[in-house]
Amino acid sequence: MALRLPRAGTPQILAFLAILAVNWVVSPQFFDTRFQDGRLFGSLVDVFNRGAPVALLSIGMALVIATRGIDLSVGAVMAICGAVAASLADSHPLPVALGAALGAGLLCGLWNGLLVAVLGIQPIVATLILMVAGRGIAQLITEGRIVTFSDPGLAWFGGGSVLGVPAAVAVVFGMLLLTVALVRGTALGLMIEATGGNARASALAGVGTRAMTLAVYIWCGLCASLAGIVAAADIRGADANNAGLWLELDAVLAVVIGGASLFGGRFSLGLAVLGALIIQAMNTGILLSGFPPEFNLIVKAVVVLAVLLVQSPALVGILPSRQWGRSWRRR
Amino acid sequence: MRLKTLLTATALAAGVAVSAQAADLTVGFSQIGSESGWRAAETTVSKAEAKKRNVTLKIADAQQKQENQIKAIRSFIAQGVDAIFLAPVVATGWDSVLKEAKEAKIPVVLLDRDIDPSGKDLYLTAVTSDSVHEGKVAGDWLAKQVGGKPCNVVELQGTVGASVATNRKKGFDTAIASHPNIKLVRSQTGDFTRSKGKEVMESFIKAEGGGSSICAVYAHNDDMMIGAIQAMKEAGLKPGKDVLTVSIDAVPDIFKAMAAGEANATVELTPNMAGPALDAIIDYKANNKTPPKWIQTDSKLFTAADEPMKVYESKKDLGY
Repeated sequence: MALRLPRAGTPQILAFLAILAVNWVVSPQFFDTRFQDGRLFGSLVDVFNRGAPVALLSIGMALVIATRGIDLSVGAVMAICGAVAASLADSHPLPVALGAALGAGLLCGLWNGLLVAVLGIQPIVATLILMVAGRGIAQLITEGRIVTFSDPGLAWFGGGSVLGVPAAVAVVFGMLLLTVALVRGTALGLMIEATGGNARASALAGVGTRAMTLAVYIWCGLCASLAGIVAAADIRGADANNAGLWLELDAVLAVVIGGASLFGGRFSLGLAVLGALIIQAMNTGILLSGFPPEFNLIVKAVVVLAVLLVQSPALVGILPSRQWGRSWRRR
Repeated sequence: MRLKTLLTATALAAGVAVSAQAADLTVGFSQIGSESGWRAAETTVSKAEAKKRNVTLKIADAQQKQENQIKAIRSFIAQGVDAIFLAPVVATGWDSVLKEAKEAKIPVVLLDRDIDPSGKDLYLTAVTSDSVHEGKVAGDWLAKQVGGKPCNVVELQGTVGASVATNRKKGFDTAIASHPNIKLVRSQTGDFTRSKGKEVMESFIKAEGGGSSICAVYAHNDDMMIGAIQAMKEAGLKPGKDVLTVSIDAVPDIFKAMAAGEANATVELTPNMAGPALDAIIDYKANNKTPPKWIQTDSKLFTAADEPMKVYESKKDLGY
């Protein structure tokens, strides 16, 4: 199975379940779920629904990080694509608005990919350019205001549902299946990992590392544009100043929580998405708990630290019950 | 209400009368930059107000940088303008450049934000809104609306640590303190954005038994309230009827919600800071009258009774 869940994902799954359990303690109605207007409704549903943008970003980011790259521009690309979709939604048919938004995401990804793969600029610098400029581009598109729309087709991505499942969650699921099929159903995933592991050796062995790098940035741009569409549909408007703000960092964090290394060479899409859900479960829990908002970031930092510590090979080695630690990781 | 309109009209007429005699002033305005829709509206309104009074307004966009503002002020001094308006991006570091303006005998008026108290004698007056008062107006409206009935309020705060958020909370808390029937049951930050406002409201609804025990929502800005209104609608609640809403800023979109019966009240943070500032400068130049050190702008309350669609039409092209 492509996801490799049971073997590699134990710490993440345990962390996710533990956070859900804590949420249930601070808010006993956490697991209450009912239908509201033909759509599942409840705190647990919120975790998946609200986590959708970061989950989408983390799919693309996982591939980029696997090639030893990073894409800091995804938040800004979200803002651009949301702005494009929202400004076209009321004046054009839905396929045009969606196509333009996805096209804008592809272009942004292509730009990043060219800078990294062809011009050889370091990924963190190359994508920083679009991170800064992209928000300006989005503000130009919206003229600095929040562009609202009333087109029900685009709004479906925020308020619609597929068999009771919120549309945003269905989009994540579809994109995850598609990406897994592409990279694990073929040798693409292996080649991406090879590119990240040792680009020079892979190139000598016949892997098209430049094409691989270009492809992952384009895919990342596409994921970011889907996230931008979902975020814009959610509030029925494009907020260029705030859409996707700092979400690039959450996406990187989700991928790292999912067990990937920033030095590239390995990735798991399923665990990256799970990482995004862990982050969102934490956010939702904090909101439900009634803690004063001043504590939000501290609680978040402590939980993230705990999840990463559990995964740290060095720390598991130090633990007194060495055997337990090792067998736990292996199982 | 009618008395207030009359007073405003009189004040406007007086303003026009003054402007007729004191034409041909040149004012330099160092604006912060395009940080928000409100800021864009402030720039638009400033231009219109200057035109109304025959004042030439030179606007310098500082792109959120103090050094650009200092450069702009120096260039205004070099050009020998009649007055300088400054919307300071930060509170400190203005002493030396404002001293230069003072030596050149050019009066400086602060707009929207104040500076460090040490510079008090370096500017003529400051035209700002009182954000504690804005919160109080919102709280007073709610108290009047619910009367003696028990009412559980949830609050969407602005960005943690922002002075506007702290003050708007303080004002609201003071207003409801004398009404033991009004209880603040939940309070979280929505970072002044629509999407966070929606997310926080979703969790409030779940934490308060599907929202049945929530009687009112107070948001530190309209954008968070617009997000919260969507969350309530998706949860099957009727905002504006089952749940009262009151927020601050008076951006155009909240009037649309108000016209649809989904929002109840908003307190205006007026984008017209330049109007009172221009009046003060004209009065100062023509009659040598020194204005008070602080000109507080009106925090007007808008409800469904104020013809929301008309207000929306008048505001939608200001650049919000």
